[in-house]
Parts: sequence; C-alpha cells; structure tokens
Amino acid sequence: MDKEAAKQEIINFLESKSGSKTKFYFNDFTKLFPDMKARDVKKALSELVQEEKMMYWSSGSTTLYGLKGSGKKEE
Amino acid sequence: MPKHETPLLDQLESGPWPSFVSDLKRQAESRTQKQSEIQYQIPVDVVDDLLGLLELSYVEKEVHWKHGGIVGVFGYGGGVIGRYCDQPEKFPGVAHFHTMRINQPAGKYYNTDFLRQIADLWDFRGSGVTNMHGSTGDIILLGTTTPQLEEIFFELTHNMNQDLGGSGSNLRTPEACLGESRCEWACFDTQELCYQLTMEYQDELHRPAFPYKFKFKFDGCPNGCVASIARSDLSFIGTWRDDIRIDQEAVAAYVGGELKPNGGAHAGKDWGPFDIQKEVIDLCPTKCMWMEGGKLKINDRECTRCMHCLNVMPRALRIGNDRGLSILAGAKAPILDGAQMSSLLVPFMKVEDPYDNIKEVIENIWDWWMEEGKNRERLGETMKRQGFQKLLEVTGIPADPRHVEHPRFTPYIFWKEEEVPGGFERDIADYRSRHPK
Repeated sequence: MDKEAAKQEIINFLESKSGSKTKFYFNDFTKLFPDMKARDVKKALSELVQEEKMMYWSSGSTTLYGLKGSGKKEE
Repeated sequence: MPKHETPLLDQLESGPWPSFVSDLKRQAESRTQKQSEIQYQIPVDVVDDLLGLLELSYVEKEVHWKHGGIVGVFGYGGGVIGRYCDQPEKFPGVAHFHTMRINQPAGKYYNTDFLRQIADLWDFRGSGVTNMHGSTGDIILLGTTTPQLEEIFFELTHNMNQDLGGSGSNLRTPEACLGESRCEWACFDTQELCYQLTMEYQDELHRPAFPYKFKFKFDGCPNGCVASIARSDLSFIGTWRDDIRIDQEAVAAYVGGELKPNGGAHAGKDWGPFDIQKEVIDLCPTKCMWMEGGKLKINDRECTRCMHCLNVMPRALRIGNDRGLSILAGAKAPILDGAQMSSLLVPFMKVEDPYDNIKEVIENIWDWWMEEGKNRERLGETMKRQGFQKLLEVTGIPADPRHVEHPRFTPYIFWKEEEVPGGFERDIADYRSRHPK
C-alpha cells in the first residue's frame, strides 16, 4: 500500500471512530495495516502530524495520536 | 514576605539536610526582587504559588495536579510533559506548569557558559526551577506555560545547539557514563556510542511509535556508573574477553603496604594492614583467584567481571585488551510493582564504527516488541510473557550457557522438532495414558 492511501485509511479510521474514541495508541494503527512495516506506518503518521491533520496527545506517560481538534481540548 | 503561609513546608526545613523548600523560597524571593530587571514571560509569583499549592496538598493530603494533555512542540511527540493545576483561581501562577526535558550532553560535560544560558533562558521563559538531572539523565526544566514552549524550543535548537529529550512512548534520552574521557576501566567509548545511536534514532526519540517507553544506557565497564543493568530496557555494558592484566610488582606493593587499596578511598579510619586474602581473594564471587609463590593467579575463564579486585587494586589489575560490550535486555525500575534487572542477551560484541552489529540487535528487538508488545508494556514484560527463547529467535542469537541464570531452575530453552536430528514424534494422549497428570 502506498503512503497516501495509508494516510487516507488512517483518517477514515479516525473519523469512523470519532463518536466513541478520539485517542489511539500507535499499535492501534499498526493493526490497520498488518502487511506494512511498523516503521512505515509511523512515517505516515508523522506526515499527518506535519500536515496538521493529526496531533499528538500525551497522557503524561504515554503519547497517543488523534485527529486535530477532536476530543479533549487544551485547558 | 511570602505570598502564602506554609507552616507544614517550613517544618521540612528543620531537618539536617538541605531542603528543596529553602531553595524554592529563595527562588520565589529572587523573582520578586528582579522583576524590574527581567521581563518575566510567565507569572512572577509562579514559585510562590507552587509553594502554596504544595502546602494545600499537604493539608488536604490530596494532589492538585492534572497530568498530560495536548502540549508539545510542533512535530515532536515527546520532550514536553503537560501539567495543570486544578485550583487555577487560587494559584494562577501554576495554572500551567509544564515540564520540558532537555537532552543532556553525553557524560554530562558542560561549560559554565552553557549552564548560564540555560538558566537565563529558564528564568526568562519559565519558573527558573530545574532538576539537574532526571532519572534518565535529562536536564529537567520545571514549570512554564503553553505559549512559551515553542519559544523555548526555538531558542534551544537554533541558538544553543540543544535538543529536547524523550518522553512518552519513545526512545528515551540515551545516557552514558564518563567512559574513556576519564576512566581507565572503560571498555568502549560510551559517549561516542551514545551520540551515534542518539543521532541514528532521532525519529524514535521524538516521534512515539512504541508500546511504551524504551531506554538505552551505556556503561563503560561492569561497575555500572549509570546503572544500565537496573534501569534500561537495553543495557550496554563494557567487558573484555581476554585476561585481566596483572602487574605482579604492583600486587606486591599493595601487599607490602606501599600502595593504598581502593586508591586510598578508605583512609578515614584505620582498617589495619591490607590483607589480600581476606579483602580480595576470599571475596571473589567465583573463587577464581589464588596466590602462588607470592604471585597472584587468576583463572580468567571463571571471572564474572564483578570488578571487585580491579577496584581494590587498580594499579595491579587492569581490564583486558580485547574489549567490547555485552548487551542485556529487559530491565525496568517502575515505582509500582517492582523492579527487574536486565538479562544477558549478547555475551560479547566488538564496538566499532559504524556499529552495524549493535544496530541490528536493536532493530530486531524493536520490530518484535512493536509488533507483539501490548500497550504500556515494557520490553522486560514482553520477554517474560513470550519467553527468553522467543527473544533469541527474533534476534537470531544462538542459545548460550551464559544465558542461563540458574541451572536446572529456569529451563527456558526447549528443543523444537526441526532442531533435533531425526526429529521426534509423540502422541500426547498415548503419553498421558501411561503418565496421568
């Protein structure tokens, strides 16, 4: 799968879940792409962050990923 | 005049040790005094409010911090740990109190100019409160507001040639002992390897992709000055595979009392004359040393690198010449549910630029752990869950007697049918018919 298609699938996945859950572990994304190397999945995610479509969210000990602007807002 | 009364904190100052409360009070006072000189970018009374909030927590026996959130600098998933106060009206100075982790220089070598720059920057854009250093070795800057984060990051990276460290599910800031820069026991250049791997794995350091945190630490010798064996998921510990070099004349000088044992470290009290039998030979954990005709003998095959004899008689005994490192995996030191030491994975490996042999081990482990590790599971837990044999399989390292911690106690190596010439077949039902459970 090429990177653009992977990025679109990540966005689709996040939008489909947006009603119930907004933050995801990295491993939740690798499960979407069982045939891709984890390193390539990370590159796609990093690009989405660079493009400001997604953002990192920190629990304090673990960093999760979410769609930009969704879920709990900065206080 | 302090902003908040803090009787409970004041009591902490009465003990015999230096108190962080005194330090914080001094910093609070200094900020108030210097407010006409420095254009503070966050509230002047941040440290006053920090003391007030801590006092409140002591009174109520409840924490008033909230942890985490959307804080960080653009493109990085770590390095900043968000913190907010749940009493912002009462303590506006600490409404935001984020922590920044700064990657410390290898071996923690600073010049005073650099320290001044850091301190000035942090006074200007943060609370001025630092922690030198955190457990992983980073410079910890405690307490700033969200709008300051990008400003500080810009200043650090553009003008100070400095980067943020790791936090979250990242590779954490790698840490090394002083190594060859100061120490005759260093079996490899710890600072160089630390630097090279930090540069190689920038993406892993800044962009979270792991199930949980992952730490590298580099100890130049088994004395373990950065305690890699206890605190890092992957411990790199210097060792040698030839013999300990013995200078018999110096041994005689230690025995004769001309040289002080332990470099004179125990000079504060009269311990009597140095007794090599009692203080060195009898303390050898593998009993591989003895005296023969006034000469010290060592059966190096049995040596487990406890370092005791080298530490006691540094002039007489030196590390071997064929040096490299051992790699151990799976340590963790969590506050809850107990620490775990790392287990030996690679008994010996040479350390030579471009370090491809070392990188291969690291990447094989990561590929496995990223695939199989559960969320918030450290490497040591994955190893326990799936077994050490699985780790050997994914890294392609053959099983070795040195992997066994307790003979006949932890038999983790099981033969597979394809590994045994001729294979084996057995019917478990047939076996159970003769050997009931």
